[in-house]
Amino acid sequence: MSLARRRLGDRAAAAVGLLALLCLLLALAAVFVQLLLDGGARLGLDFIVSMASRDPARAGVLPALVGSALVLLVTALAAVPVGIGAAVYLQEYAPDNRLTDLIEVNIANLAAVPSVLFGLLSLSLLVHGLALGESILAAGLTLAMLVLPLVVVATREALRQVPVGVREASYALGASRWQTVWRHVLPAATPGVLTGVILGLSRAIGETAPLLALGALGFVAFLPPPMLVVEPPFVDGRWLSDPFITLPLQIYDWLLRPDPAFRANAAAAGLLLAGFTLLVNAAAIGLRWRSRNPTRQR
Amino acid sequence: MRPQGQALERLLAARRLRERAVEAVLWACAASALAVTLGIVWVLVSNAWGFFGEVGVVEFLAGTRWAPFFMQPGYGVLPLLTATATVTVIALCVAVPLGTATAIYLAEFAPARVRDTAKPVLELLSGLPTVLFGYFALLVVTPALQAVWPGIATFNLLAPGLVIGVMVSPMIISLAEEALSAVPDGLREAAMAMGASRRTTVLRVLLPAALPGVSAAWVLAASRVAGETMVVAIAGGQTPRLGFDPTEAAATITAYIARVALGDLPPDSTGYQGLFAAGLLLFVLTLGLNIAGLVFRRRLLRRWS
Repeated sequence: MSLARRRLGDRAAAAVGLLALLCLLLALAAVFVQLLLDGGARLGLDFIVSMASRDPARAGVLPALVGSALVLLVTALAAVPVGIGAAVYLQEYAPDNRLTDLIEVNIANLAAVPSVLFGLLSLSLLVHGLALGESILAAGLTLAMLVLPLVVVATREALRQVPVGVREASYALGASRWQTVWRHVLPAATPGVLTGVILGLSRAIGETAPLLALGALGFVAFLPPPMLVVEPPFVDGRWLSDPFITLPLQIYDWLLRPDPAFRANAAAAGLLLAGFTLLVNAAAIGLRWRSRNPTRQR
Repeated sequence: MRPQGQALERLLAARRLRERAVEAVLWACAASALAVTLGIVWVLVSNAWGFFGEVGVVEFLAGTRWAPFFMQPGYGVLPLLTATATVTVIALCVAVPLGTATAIYLAEFAPARVRDTAKPVLELLSGLPTVLFGYFALLVVTPALQAVWPGIATFNLLAPGLVIGVMVSPMIISLAEEALSAVPDGLREAAMAMGASRRTTVLRVLLPAALPGVSAAWVLAASRVAGETMVVAIAGGQTPRLGFDPTEAAATITAYIARVALGDLPPDSTGYQGLFAAGLLLFVLTLGLNIAGLVFRRRLLRRWS
């Protein structure tokens, strides 16, 4: 085989690969561009601050935005501390025994369990078992269980990258294990932990299937009661038991309405969701890139 | 002044107590992850148990009619299973060639600059919520397919299959690329030193060497496709139908669960429990694929470390 033909063969192989890459990028980008084309005109301030309506031209996403924010708040409050705690235990404390092995294998597998099954878990356990109903609390906890393994895996990776010297120095000065973790290891791992938390929560924002399986999809025409009130004790937990709709659920609902006029609404809401997800994920990926490629010594 | 004697003892005792308490709390956090898994298994098995008491495992697995809410109910899961299989095969037909070719390109041919840009961009785009891919399948891909092939129904399995294939490709890329880079450089250098071209090195040496890892990527992607819900729930239709015809509507296991849980079913009814029986089947299916994937992956790592 002549050298020229050989070079041609190499070039052809590279070209096939590049073509595959470009096809994928194009197809993935088309999803976003299509939303921009279909929903760009519909997306305005009006759309964002309007309540749900049976009239497609007047319907807005305010209840869905508020619902998404509240569900996410519950998810974050539950998944972040527990996830970081679990990661710290597994990385810094856990003895090398079968139970630890079991927990580790379990977390890897949990991340691959289809999300709709988390919805079934909540349907049986939270909605009926604990009688939470189809509430913000039940939805937030469902998503918290779903993103827990993501937070754990990301946090462990961040903890692993903290040099052993940091721990040894702290112990040498008489610090206890928890003091070492709390004052030195965790602060050093913060960028990585933050990345994992952000990616996990952005996944939670976009999840639809588990909330569908929970049985939550209704016409929500009102906002939950406020969290803070003027009378003592100043906080009010009634919003936790309210029914809700989230942004992705709203998109699903509009998409399957027989009236095609709702499709523009679905696209506009989709654009909002896509823009938000892309922005947040880009921030997280950038943060991770910076923490992996430190340009200057801290 | 430093604490001494008894005062010091007291401080140290308090510190030990605090350390113990913290460790217990952290242990509870780790155990809660285990509790979630056990919860899923328990909820699925206990509800499916009631279902199987009523229906029987054989009728469930071999029955050809799934209609729990009809006057004459049918509890055969095969229609849901054939739809899931059809979507999985279509998606893999897209994702395996596209994903593997891209992985090989990024790992062995691409300039560093291309690789460093393409990987985060792929990760970013594939992180878009799945409901948006459902939108795309229903309102863009299906009409486009209908333009060239008028026999395709408004809800069909082909469009969601293709879209899910694109959606999971980035997963194959990152896992397959990892497998390729786990192959020791010595093999690469040896092939080159023997005069092999780059293409020959990749296809005849690196790919066979990394095959356990690359096939793990395929298997894990299959599991992810089988569990994917929103795209099929939106664009695939909601009526159970036995058969592998991709041009017609059919409900997959996941689409069925997402759809039917919406109706307020009375707990303890056979229809409600059937939901969990279908869920249990999905759980076993995806768990089997995941375990196979992990075994393949471990084999690759053992081979080269």
